[in-house]
Amino acid sequence: MSTDPNLAPMPETTPAPDRQEFAGNLSRRHRAAKIWRVVFQASTVVGIVVLLTLLYNIVTESFGLVAVQNEVEPAALAIGGVPMEDLSKEQLVEILKGKVSAGIMRRLERDEPFAQRSREGVLTLVKERVVNPEIVKSWPLTESLLKRGAIEEEVRQNHPKARLEFKSWLNWNFLVSPQSSEALLTGVRAAFLGSLWMIAITMLIAFPVGVGAAIYLEEYYSDNWLTRLIQTNINNLAGVPSIIYGMLGLAIFVRALEILTSGALFGLTDATTANGRTILSASLTMALLVLPVIIINAQEAIRAVPGSLRQASYGLGATQWQTIWHHVLPNALPGILTGTILAMSRAIGETAPLVVVGASTYVAFDPSGPFSKFTALPIQIYQWTSRPQEEFRNIAAAAMIVLLIMLLALNAAAVLLRNRYARRW
Amino acid sequence: MTDFPLTQSESSHSASPVPAANGEYAIETRGLNVYYGNFRAVRDIDLKIASRKITAFIGPSGCGKSTVLRAFNRMNDLVRGSWMEGQVVFHGRNIYESDIDAVEVRRRIGMVFQKPNPFPKSIYENVAWGARINGYNGDDMDALVERSLQQAALWDEVKDKLQQSALALSGGQQQRLCIARAIAIKPEIILMDEPCSSLDPIATLKIEDLMHDLAQIYTIIIVTHNMQQAARVADFTAFFMIDENRAGTLIEYGPTQRIFTNPEDNRTESYITGRFG
Repeated sequence: MSTDPNLAPMPETTPAPDRQEFAGNLSRRHRAAKIWRVVFQASTVVGIVVLLTLLYNIVTESFGLVAVQNEVEPAALAIGGVPMEDLSKEQLVEILKGKVSAGIMRRLERDEPFAQRSREGVLTLVKERVVNPEIVKSWPLTESLLKRGAIEEEVRQNHPKARLEFKSWLNWNFLVSPQSSEALLTGVRAAFLGSLWMIAITMLIAFPVGVGAAIYLEEYYSDNWLTRLIQTNINNLAGVPSIIYGMLGLAIFVRALEILTSGALFGLTDATTANGRTILSASLTMALLVLPVIIINAQEAIRAVPGSLRQASYGLGATQWQTIWHHVLPNALPGILTGTILAMSRAIGETAPLVVVGASTYVAFDPSGPFSKFTALPIQIYQWTSRPQEEFRNIAAAAMIVLLIMLLALNAAAVLLRNRYARRW
Repeated sequence: MTDFPLTQSESSHSASPVPAANGEYAIETRGLNVYYGNFRAVRDIDLKIASRKITAFIGPSGCGKSTVLRAFNRMNDLVRGSWMEGQVVFHGRNIYESDIDAVEVRRRIGMVFQKPNPFPKSIYENVAWGARINGYNGDDMDALVERSLQQAALWDEVKDKLQQSALALSGGQQQRLCIARAIAIKPEIILMDEPCSSLDPIATLKIEDLMHDLAQIYTIIIVTHNMQQAARVADFTAFFMIDENRAGTLIEYGPTQRIFTNPEDNRTESYITGRFG
């Protein structure tokens, strides 16, 4: 009878006629259970494989061998047997003068007079301008590990002046450097800070508004056609494509409210040159985008607070607000924060609305505040992947790792916060 | 919020002649009808509840006894779509008048629910919270918590773990904590909606003993499915049943002794002898 060998078959006594109807379908039920189990396992495996492939792709592009070719070998710059690294500042300035055009020297002098520059600063300049290392070819991590010999051979033949070295595209310089058109020198600093600014302001706006709306809809509203209409709209808004929010943001925040979003209203920029394409515009757009997610999740969380708790509170002579503040919100908070984490993850990764609202793709300076021009990590990644040079793909992969780590860090912070408040009695 | 004048209610209208102590009634209903939407859940209830006595509401499921109980402290207000006709008179005032604040009514008429529902907080906080949010400004809170827990016969069991979670207590202890929580805000009447239905027999007996003690100070109204319980604890018993329109009506009301030994209505007799319900 049973398909499970561990289950001993039930001893059959004389089969009563009315038990005949049940006979024989037990093994069929077990078989169905097994099939479904395999189906669910397969789904899980597919999900895991896809995720691992994604991670593999990013990681393999972010690290690997590169062939670096210097325009001028550092050894050639040694003076009297003293290597370049140990030369004095004056000697380094002399090298610069000899190798760099007068125009560039004048510009460098204008940026910061050489008299004021440190020896290390000048050394960096020499490395950038004179040695000028250039990556002639790069290999992904797996190839670097598995076909080291073939790569060495290829470098020897095709790029005799280059030297092969292992490079982690994700490194400290990459994190702290502003953007540059040179793959070796560029960094994600401006994009990282832009994303941080944007997400902070987005959450500052979306969290209180979203939770407030959820409290109203769950605890205060009376059931009529208007509130039902609002509820239906919120549910539908959660599914609206993000590019449409981008168009809305462009029309309202960037154009119509330019005086506010550019900061001109507060006298921060000249009204005549005001530009609404700021962090504030992007944050407001993003806040609109994630608001339905926050509202719906907060509503679910508030609805899940047991009615007995509300009754206990009212029964003790608590007002509605005391009931909400002391019982409903603390008990709903873990669920509300879960929704907020989802919303935050979505906002960090959104690219389309930022493109429409007008994130810049080349920002070499740190964002200075809500009214600053900005770029964000997804924009930066998009821009780098669309470059023709091969090494920018490595740069993009490294930026993806930064984006993922930032996402994980923010989520971990939110989860910690949630667990702190979810201390169950 | 106007304070309830502390005068006695006029007892001119008396459908259920209940001999109350000193002719004093804690609360009474006059022509009470409660509706959920279009459905009339209870019909024309006239009840006078004796002060500092235990009154039990019995009757089969769905007969509206809980609805009547919840009308006494306006808990029905919280049910969307519910509305009522008639009066519930407390200290000479109809508590459903527009200038009466339901929050104040619930402070003075406390409630203990069917399932123990302590707050997910410490034992101490469970008792102190109600007093605090009602603006308690008497002597120190510790004393109030201790006094309330003692009155609820729970102090000896929890005095060493006041800061522990209330949810770690047993069901019976949780229910006594809910009683302690209710009496901490010094109500005049305590409504109990099947307070022992989820408890074992020993915990039930403890609560019943407790009710006897509490009746010295408070008026207690208890809804129960357990007729033995009504017979054991109640001074007065009201028997409810649904009429032909499925609305709950009051069939008989009187001293428990008489209801159980010599009921006037044969429906009451059928019910208490277990012939239906």
